[in-house]
Amino acid sequence: MILVILRHLFRFLLLMSLQILILNNIQLGTFINPFLYILFLLSLPVNLPKLLLLPIAFLTGLSIDMFQNTPGMHASACLFMMYLRPYWLKMISPRDGYDIETEPSIKKLGFAWYIAYASLLVFVHHLFLFFIEVFRFSEFFDTLTRIALSSLLTLLLIIIAQYLTSKPKTTN
Amino acid sequence: MRLLFQLIWRNNFTLFFVLLQIFCFYLIAKNNRFQQASVLNATNQVVTNTMEVVNYVKEYIHLRDNNTSLAEENARLRTLLTENKYELNSVYSPVKDSINLQQYEYITANVINNSLHHRNNFITLNKGSLQGVKPEMGVIGPKGIVGIVNHVSEHYCTVMSLLHKESSSSVMIKRNKFFGSLKWDGENPNYMYLNEIDKTVPIIKGDSIVTTAFSSTYPSGIFIGRVVDFQVEPGSPFYKIKVRLAMNFSGLSHVYVVRNLMKKEQSSLEGLNKAKEDEQ
Repeated sequence: MILVILRHLFRFLLLMSLQILILNNIQLGTFINPFLYILFLLSLPVNLPKLLLLPIAFLTGLSIDMFQNTPGMHASACLFMMYLRPYWLKMISPRDGYDIETEPSIKKLGFAWYIAYASLLVFVHHLFLFFIEVFRFSEFFDTLTRIALSSLLTLLLIIIAQYLTSKPKTTN
Repeated sequence: MRLLFQLIWRNNFTLFFVLLQIFCFYLIAKNNRFQQASVLNATNQVVTNTMEVVNYVKEYIHLRDNNTSLAEENARLRTLLTENKYELNSVYSPVKDSINLQQYEYITANVINNSLHHRNNFITLNKGSLQGVKPEMGVIGPKGIVGIVNHVSEHYCTVMSLLHKESSSSVMIKRNKFFGSLKWDGENPNYMYLNEIDKTVPIIKGDSIVTTAFSSTYPSGIFIGRVVDFQVEPGSPFYKIKVRLAMNFSGLSHVYVVRNLMKKEQSSLEGLNKAKEDEQ
């Protein structure tokens, strides 16, 4: 149990520093903005109590906000994403359900399932975030392009990160 | 009553979500109000220390560009020094300058955090209230204006960059002194748009755009950029003028905070006008 918590804490710190120290400083044009840190939220165990999801999401978002000087924006987007997660997990659950303490990952649940799981949540997060930031509809299509491109890049980074960190399959 | 509690208990997840979300929107709204001091902004200790480390590395990347632009500025300022001028009339050389009062003072600062690729961009500087930085002071760079000071802590301040949704600076066309407001559309950090210039005003591509002294934030006449394109918005009496900025925001590292020594006088005088209008 302690080990699980420590693993998540380590992942949180690693992704946060990656986001703040590197990704926030990479300028890929004004339209692309990857937010890899949400991989931490996506990897939280499936059986985590629902009520615990929200404060975790809130604090994660808020810590990014402090560094971006956007109090509330990331927190709000993360909250929205994590609010939808239990329902989305239920909708796309595999035929025989989830194992206890499964962490959603490509290795455990397969590539197709993971893409379905992550793409909607990433898109929802980015949609919420970018529209709050712009807060007007006059730049609707610009914002939509931003959201689409950024979501794609975030998703790509998430997949790469998963392949980089998962241990190669041991032959039994 | 019991039914009500049951209802609340059954929907605790949604209710908790709504409550936290309301708190988020409160934070967003509070931060967007220009000038609100809040604990959760980027002037806090942990954040600024991290940013300083990041910037320490980043400064090296842009070192060459920064050196050239600072050297250029030095050269320009050197030509303005009185030692470089031939005195035509030595009889009137005054020892103490009582004709020209100092109006602007500059506080040098280093950029420790900067963003370009958001819709609303902020810059963090390593000077704060101890060095005399106050909210609403202007910030200029080696090749033009940068933004307006937003939050100030003891050693740091954040600046609302020109590249911000709410930023609007009063500028004019240098050649004929017609003024308008400069805004950013959120796409390319090298271009901004000048609005509110009447379409009867003659404009040439390549016209210089400089600051006005209206807002008392910047000294007037600071070069900002050149007109690259202009068109008349259909159904509007104004031009939409595209301005190429002289300054490159991405390599920004040395800037000056502008202290206007007469700001209080100007704004209190203008406040009188406003009070009178409100009465009528």
